[in-house]
Amino acid sequence: MRVGRLRTGLRGWGGVGAMALVCALALLFALLLPALHRGADDLGAGPDGTARPGAQGSPARAGQECRDPEKQTLAPSGDDGPAVERIRSREGGKRRLVVGVDQNSYHWGYRDPNGGDAAPVGFDIDLVRRIAEDILGDRDAVQFKAIPTDQRVRAIQDGRVDMVVRTMTITCARLADVAFSAPYFRTGQQVLVPASSPVTGYDASLAGRRVCTASGSTAHATLERDRERGTLPPGVDFATTVPNQLDCLVRLQLGEVDAVVTDGALAAGQAAQDPTVRIKGDAFTTEFYGVAMRKDADDLVRRVNRVLVAYRGDTADGWQASYDRWLAPTLGRDASKSAPPDPQYLRTG
Amino acid sequence: MTRPTAGGAAPAPGTAPSALPSVPAQSGPRTPSPAPSRPAAPPPAPRRTAFAEGVDRLRAAAVTEPGRLRLVGALLAVLVVAFGAVTAWQTAERSAAAEDVLTRSQPLSSGAAAVYRSLADANTAASSAFLAGGEENEAAREGYEKGVRAAAEGLVAAAAASGSDPSATEPVTRLNRLLPEYKGLVERARTYNRQGYPVGGAYLRYADEKMQKEMLPAAEELYEKENRRLDADYADARAHPWAAIGLGLLALGALGWAQHREYRRTHRVLNRGLVTATAATAAVLLWLAAGQGLARAGLGDSYDHGIRSLNVLHDARIASLKARANENLTLVSRGAETTTVDGEPRDAYDHAFEQNMKALGTGLAEARRLADDEAGKRPVTAAEGDMAEWRRRHAAARAQDENGDYRRALDLVIGGKGATAECFDGVDASLATALAHETRQFREAADGGRKALSGLVAGAGVLAALGATGVLLGIGRRLSEYR
Repeated sequence: MRVGRLRTGLRGWGGVGAMALVCALALLFALLLPALHRGADDLGAGPDGTARPGAQGSPARAGQECRDPEKQTLAPSGDDGPAVERIRSREGGKRRLVVGVDQNSYHWGYRDPNGGDAAPVGFDIDLVRRIAEDILGDRDAVQFKAIPTDQRVRAIQDGRVDMVVRTMTITCARLADVAFSAPYFRTGQQVLVPASSPVTGYDASLAGRRVCTASGSTAHATLERDRERGTLPPGVDFATTVPNQLDCLVRLQLGEVDAVVTDGALAAGQAAQDPTVRIKGDAFTTEFYGVAMRKDADDLVRRVNRVLVAYRGDTADGWQASYDRWLAPTLGRDASKSAPPDPQYLRTG
Repeated sequence: MTRPTAGGAAPAPGTAPSALPSVPAQSGPRTPSPAPSRPAAPPPAPRRTAFAEGVDRLRAAAVTEPGRLRLVGALLAVLVVAFGAVTAWQTAERSAAAEDVLTRSQPLSSGAAAVYRSLADANTAASSAFLAGGEENEAAREGYEKGVRAAAEGLVAAAAASGSDPSATEPVTRLNRLLPEYKGLVERARTYNRQGYPVGGAYLRYADEKMQKEMLPAAEELYEKENRRLDADYADARAHPWAAIGLGLLALGALGWAQHREYRRTHRVLNRGLVTATAATAAVLLWLAAGQGLARAGLGDSYDHGIRSLNVLHDARIASLKARANENLTLVSRGAETTTVDGEPRDAYDHAFEQNMKALGTGLAEARRLADDEAGKRPVTAAEGDMAEWRRRHAAARAQDENGDYRRALDLVIGGKGATAECFDGVDASLATALAHETRQFREAADGGRKALSGLVAGAGVLAALGATGVLLGIGRRLSEYR
């Protein structure tokens, strides 16, 4: 319509004006084309399926290729900037790091109903306290906010939380909206079913089954991508979405779904709460968890990356100790499969 | 009641051509004398229709004065008796409707409100028990069990009372199916909670969703249906008995006309029979007007001072329960759910809490306005005081939570002394007192209204019989002068 109106306008201006306009437009296209081209590449280039083609990723990152999203972070530094200052300038009882966490992921971030303290505990929470200690000098100076899976990005963008430490996979699509730290955990999507189920993993045996995923989760995005590609086993119905992956265990126990697809690390947490369900098959993706922050909080990202370096190096009370405490019982003593790769800092600004 | 009608009506056409009219006419109301005269009629000729024959006879009778008199007498008697019958019937109907208001539809409406409240109560208690952690506190568990029990009992009562009305049984059936499902989910949540597994919380959220999205709407539907039935019973009980009033006026007019006619023809002023009939008819009419007026006033009173207050109080109590549940869920969900208010993201449960507190405030103000005596005002005022304190403490608890001191916030909400739990309990207890008071007021007023009509059914019957007898005696007396 707009084009139509433009044309009508052009006729009124006469041939000379139109020609001038066409020249200007051609010039503009010639200048913009390379940039647009790079942007298109960027969206389609999910090497291991972590990018979602056609997802809400904005082409604003044009000029940077999204390969290996877990490497798209800033080099560690302890220099304070506006983001860190903002947290430190809070006064009195509000002088806390506001963190979006989960309170439903067993051994990651959950509220122990029998624990005396009502604060959440778990592997993610240990990391949160370490960051709070680094920034504010007090590992208890944290205000926990429980965030549903599909609210994580919005909570950061709205400024409701300083960061989200909540088993959040670093993906290209999310990189468009938030900034991530270096990875702190390696996992992959897995299938959870009742022990007696004939399902053997993410394969043809899943055909015709009802599958539960958390809305806004990587699992849901992966199933959607595979359906578009046509690699999803036929007849898989994943219409059941819940606010939290743990709600999937409820649906599975009540027989409302036949299988759950979620991160292996979380699936292990579900299996730990119910001895009659099993994780079937190997992980069919490789993903990394990262700490998510505001896109413009460069100093905070650098600071968290510095904390992560120290955290991984700390053998007494660091990454390994937290793993042993929370995850070894369900994921095994050997942490090599879960340990993140050596960080690379490819983002420059 | 109807026998005199037949007896009074039959003599005129049946006995008109016979030579002995006066005796059956006089004894008409008491003995079935027209009956023998009827079997006597058929033999003479092959009959046409009874109606055509009757019309012919009437025509023949209307030619002579005694015949006309008989006709007039029969018509008057029929009018008076019909008036009595219709009065009795319409009064009985209104009396039954008033009885229904008092003993059936109002208790059912209250019962449905109680089902809703019990369900909300159980859900609130379940969330409190969850917040309290694995070691459930006795009060929260007891509150939950009591709510479920009361809801189950209320449903049985509602099912028994709704009878065969499918529109009322449907929500009851749905609730009966959902209640054990809900309880199952909560029990699983409790078990997992005790084992320290977070999936317990997931079960509780699922149970809460079932309650909010399926059970409470069904309970609301039931409540609205019972309220509609109450309104219909009220309308029936308060309807003006136009048929009876119209017939009464017509009978009085006819009696007056008959006496005027007699006066014109014989210059006699008083015919005792007809005067008696007029007096009896007038008495019934007055009684009807006064009784109905009193009943309407009583029922109107019971509606204005009882039902209206009860509805407002029920709504206020439900608002306070919802506010309490939202206050708990704010802590259970820890900011997990947000909603946008005026462009600002806000905690969804805290926002819902504010809305419900606002509804509670409006409800209490309205209840205080409607309360018409000190005993009714006192508990409402007490509830308002508790509500103000609740708001204050809630703000303090929110401030603690906002500052990140979750433990303190929790203590301020479900802890012992100084917690918002005390205020909620206070509001709930005061509202219960106010509800009991208004129910009593409703019963007194409605009972007064119902009693205003008592005796009118029998009275209308006796007086109409007396009136009809008067008519027949009075006309019979005139007839005897023609012999």
